[in-house]
Amino acid sequence: MKTKSGLTRFHNCYILRNRKIVKEDFWIRDGKIENPEQVFYVEQLEADITVDCEDLLIAPGFIDIQINGGWGVDFSYDSENVEDGIKIVAKKLLAHGVTSFCPTMVTSAEEKYHNILPRIKKQQGGKHGASVLGVHLEGPFISLAKKGAHMEEYIRIPEKGLKSLENVYGSLENVLIVTLAPELQGATEAIKSLTELGIKVALGHSSASLAEGEKAVECGANLITHLFNAMLPFHHRDPGLVGLLASSTKKQVYYGIISDGIHTHPAALRIASRTNPEGLVLVSDAVAAQGLEDGNHRIGPQLVTVEDGRAYVTGTKTLCGSTTALDDCIMTLKKSLDCSLEYALEAASLHPAKALGIEHIKGNLNFGCDADFVILDPKTLKVISTWISGECVYQSQS
Amino acid sequence: MRLIILEDASVVAEWAARFVMQRITHFKPGPGRHFVLGLPTGGTPLGMYKKLIQFHKEGKLSFKYVTTFNMDEYVGLPRDHPESYHYYMWNEFFKHVDIEPSNAHVLDGNAPDLVAECNRFEDLIKEAGGVHLFIGGIGPDGHIAFNEPGSSLVSRTRVKTLAYDTLEANKRFFGNDISKVPRQALTVGVGTVMDAKEVMILITGVHKSLALAKAVEEGVNHMWTVSAFQQHPQTIFVCDEDATLELRVKTVKYFKALSEEHQKMIEEAPVEVQRVLH
Repeated sequence: MKTKSGLTRFHNCYILRNRKIVKEDFWIRDGKIENPEQVFYVEQLEADITVDCEDLLIAPGFIDIQINGGWGVDFSYDSENVEDGIKIVAKKLLAHGVTSFCPTMVTSAEEKYHNILPRIKKQQGGKHGASVLGVHLEGPFISLAKKGAHMEEYIRIPEKGLKSLENVYGSLENVLIVTLAPELQGATEAIKSLTELGIKVALGHSSASLAEGEKAVECGANLITHLFNAMLPFHHRDPGLVGLLASSTKKQVYYGIISDGIHTHPAALRIASRTNPEGLVLVSDAVAAQGLEDGNHRIGPQLVTVEDGRAYVTGTKTLCGSTTALDDCIMTLKKSLDCSLEYALEAASLHPAKALGIEHIKGNLNFGCDADFVILDPKTLKVISTWISGECVYQSQS
Repeated sequence: MRLIILEDASVVAEWAARFVMQRITHFKPGPGRHFVLGLPTGGTPLGMYKKLIQFHKEGKLSFKYVTTFNMDEYVGLPRDHPESYHYYMWNEFFKHVDIEPSNAHVLDGNAPDLVAECNRFEDLIKEAGGVHLFIGGIGPDGHIAFNEPGSSLVSRTRVKTLAYDTLEANKRFFGNDISKVPRQALTVGVGTVMDAKEVMILITGVHKSLALAKAVEEGVNHMWTVSAFQQHPQTIFVCDEDATLELRVKTVKYFKALSEEHQKMIEEAPVEVQRVLH
């Protein structure tokens, strides 16, 4: 009887590695991705379990860095049972191949932040749901002129830099991303302080000029929130935040794209992708109505009406976030860009991981990374199963 | 000595793979009874490996009870360097079949004591009961493994400094920079291969035709080390038409006349019967 090696080998599969989909076995052990060549020659071990994948595709687990809720849960509003809400969404996301996410709070009243924020802890995923990487705070330090669906009465100016943020948010312990408008008074100081704390700064809901955007990037910001939406439209004399895609700053800027086929025109997607292919990060920006039927729902303190899958502020035609999960966005992106499957998948995995500076552990299938992955039908991209830390956490029924 | 002349490289690959399968199958390997195979690297045997993998995938051939010894490896090249023979064997063969890791032996060119590593390798072959079938390719200068022209024909596994021609020929794999080509290698000796019960040497392409002629038509000569196998009791040279260009018509005709007999070697005939098919 041989001793257990603890190794699992996925066989007869295609895997996305180093920007290529290749037919290659995939080995994992103790929640990490293993190098089988090293296992063979150095450890001289064989796998305990071999899984026949029947020519399915293995891709890195998807990472959604902007998601406001879903399945009736609104992270910004349901303050009584935050933990339950996170649980529901984290669990439901598994069926969409999402293994990590950033629960996103839109502009809210101070007491909401104090109530909700301390209760959304960073946590490792598993059968109970996708990993919570940290909260994404979208607002309230945004431009009134570009408020989109955000509530005007709660919008603030960060005049005292980080102190203003802490006054509104309370502890930043659970926060991973803050979306703010860089042109506001005190924003530059806030960007510097957040960056020092290891919190990523995203620029959005802003009327910033390109120069203001570049200054923010120099100070540490590296993301743009839902590119094209809630910012100045591209203008050739001052391209605004959109211009950051072709800016002469040396830093790679990442930009969130809602590719639900509604929020961004395919031609605009192509302009962004061709200008700055490495920076494209797919986000769902999904709202509570995600996963729900057409009808009335809430986003923050507002009423939202879903018609034909589109979410509007009730009584208006203002879009307020999407109802499309990340796996569907990948398919839409691929169609809109006519890009490779590799690129579309990386836009939902490697690119967000890079934006968050965690590509050494997540977002790809390199040796040593977390075994967070998704097994897909290579043609339809239907999620067959989802795995976190080497554990199967979701299995499609059909 | 037998010379099997086949149409082209793909037929050589198929024939060689069938021969290996035939030998392994007839041996009936099992627990405590391993078939021991000596293996080469390089371009020539690639097609054979592909066929062997195919046979394995079709369920016709298992390597569960096969022990392998590779001929050579560069000194000082990282194991996972794309030009290392560890890398080659892993990617072109081992990872596709069911061989047990502890039965696949490749010389460690990064061992702290290279001489000890070579001795260990020889001991492992002895422990395995000797090699049943050693497969080799040759260089245009007639070298087998890294036994360059001038190597002793009774040499054992050892450290070998590579000939300038070999460095020159291999630099294309190292960004055309000859200084990046490892200057030394570990290699089994001619004597090590000669000890195998059977030896099969694959030779394809016009550029190998002079070496083939030297190997089979002239005397045993340490300047063409592969010629030593003329004196091996069970050697098969398998070549394609291109590789015969430097042979005499008489030689080609003679061996082609025997081809029907030789074809039986990859068919069902028992090994004992095959031994007399010369």
